[in-house]
Amino acid sequence: MNNTLEYMRENRLPHIWCPGCGNGTVIGALIRAIDALGLDTNKTVLVSGIGCSSRAPGYMKFDALHTTHGRALPFATGIKMANPELNVIVISGDGDAAAIGGNHLIHACRRNIDITMVIINNNVYGMTSGQYSPLTPTGRLATTAVYGNIDRTFDLPSLCGAAGATYVARASVYHVAQLKNYIQKGLENKGFSMIEAVSICPTYFGRRNKLGDAPAMFNWIKENSTMYKQGVMEYDKQIVIGEFVNKKDPEYTKSYTELIEKLGGNK
Amino acid sequence: MSEEKVLFLQGNEACVLGALRAGMRFFAGYPITPSSEIAEISSIELPKVGGRFIQMEDEIASMAAVIGASMTGVKAMTATSGPGFSLKQENIGFACMAEVPVVVVSIMRMGPSTGLPTSPAQGDLMQARWGTHGDHPAICLIPSSVKEMYEFTIRAFNLSEKYRTPVILMTDEVIAHMREGVKLQENYEIIERKRPAPGAFNYQPFLDIDGDGVPPMAPYGEGYKFHVTGLSHDENGFATNSPEKNEKLLKRLKYKVDKDAEEIATYSEYLMEDAEYVLVALGSVSRTAQNVARQLRANGVKAGLFTPKTLWPFPEAALKRHLSAAKLVIVPELNLGQLVLEVERIVKGSCEVKLIAKASGELFKTDELYNQVAGVIGE
Repeated sequence: MNNTLEYMRENRLPHIWCPGCGNGTVIGALIRAIDALGLDTNKTVLVSGIGCSSRAPGYMKFDALHTTHGRALPFATGIKMANPELNVIVISGDGDAAAIGGNHLIHACRRNIDITMVIINNNVYGMTSGQYSPLTPTGRLATTAVYGNIDRTFDLPSLCGAAGATYVARASVYHVAQLKNYIQKGLENKGFSMIEAVSICPTYFGRRNKLGDAPAMFNWIKENSTMYKQGVMEYDKQIVIGEFVNKKDPEYTKSYTELIEKLGGNK
Repeated sequence: MSEEKVLFLQGNEACVLGALRAGMRFFAGYPITPSSEIAEISSIELPKVGGRFIQMEDEIASMAAVIGASMTGVKAMTATSGPGFSLKQENIGFACMAEVPVVVVSIMRMGPSTGLPTSPAQGDLMQARWGTHGDHPAICLIPSSVKEMYEFTIRAFNLSEKYRTPVILMTDEVIAHMREGVKLQENYEIIERKRPAPGAFNYQPFLDIDGDGVPPMAPYGEGYKFHVTGLSHDENGFATNSPEKNEKLLKRLKYKVDKDAEEIATYSEYLMEDAEYVLVALGSVSRTAQNVARQLRANGVKAGLFTPKTLWPFPEAALKRHLSAAKLVIVPELNLGQLVLEVERIVKGSCEVKLIAKASGELFKTDELYNQVAGVIGE
């Protein structure tokens, strides 16, 4: 294993994230997955949208595109379509991916385009200081839900699996070994992969909901999570960790390359 | 000696052929009238030349996808109309800020909102300048014929590559759907973006090393490992809150286009030498106005026509030069008064400016416009 710092832009430190933020743990898992696979860092592009998690590519030594809110996937789709040789990784958050970017998420899954997306789910809009997101559990508090959130949540693995993604998994900042392994398998999958990383935001979610400090929130994840068993999905009651989809289907850019070859466009 | 190549083309078709001639190898779009033929023909032609087409899930996504494709060094285009042009605006601003060359075709239909989807209008002139938020450079070309659809599309790619900025190719539904014989030149100049030296991995993606306001642009995937953001950024491409760096960036973005505004701005003139009654019109209206100017001359009225071919930057100095004999400037347009605002700003009271506005979703017919212009002159 290379020193993980070799993948980082140390001169960009200190980062903007709060003490106790889970983003660093997720980046660590992503870097170890990239390293384990020996991905060519010259041929790997990181794309992100807007939000705390979307600042991650700015600290990592790759070609990187920090785009508009919710739109990382269509930017990434253009990159991957125009140059299918590139490894394209999207880092997003729960608001960025599931609210404003929700339509792009289901269509990227549907196309099964070879992009690996890591969605860091901290249950809240952190960058804008604590509004509820589509992944804020019902009943929880947020600056725009001071009486308790009445929205229901998305279950991202069910959503992405139904939309056609060929690798879907969920781990957390407590389940770091699984998180690294799932991201690694997502990167290996020739198709659309979505790995949800359940994370913590002590500053805006934990504090308002009286979940304690960062170690207490880690413990909360540990005590409230369970491993996925086939046919059992109790998202509302527990954090279900595991691999939900791992299958083979035609990959979008490969299908287009075959079309070009059929028409003689490859010369 | 080669034979002259004459093609009978629709405006939207000519646009795609011009794009391919300019080297377009990626198109992302979303169906919308009256621009859909541009997506359809791109989907047919691009894979034949090794290019790629994708129909995205919405207008926002197709704007994002062409920017992503351009980041890999590929020439990319999208096409849309009214509502779609509105939806694309945020990402057009991203392309301005991140300095990504892309071509955006917008075929104007009657608005606002869904409006009259199949009817011509010219109501988006100001949107092409100020549609996205914040200060930003804008280049917008306006063809008045099918031949210009072909040639201006090539020029749109050239300008986007030269200035590392999005370029809007905008016209009305009439020019997009009209068919005309088009005589093409054998050679067109094709401009490619400046790139950093191969292997110069200490590359600063937003450093103006040539002093022309346009930093060289590396493609992704070649080892430069550079960062691009829509946030205000330093010369290395990383977000900064520095007031000095922010102002320096915004001023450079403005400067890179402004310094060449007179060179970028083009126009055509018709019977303008001693014109006392100057018609200023663009897109399909300029075609009708040409007939009107000719008929007025035949009836002894010294009329002429000035047609901006770039809306932004506007051919300001050229218009001023052509007003030496002018008694009255008449601006017919297919909206309730947009082009006239720019003309009034330039004329600055040196002579009277009159608007002939039409917002019915129909084009001007020659007799109709002649009578209105004659009426205005007679007042």
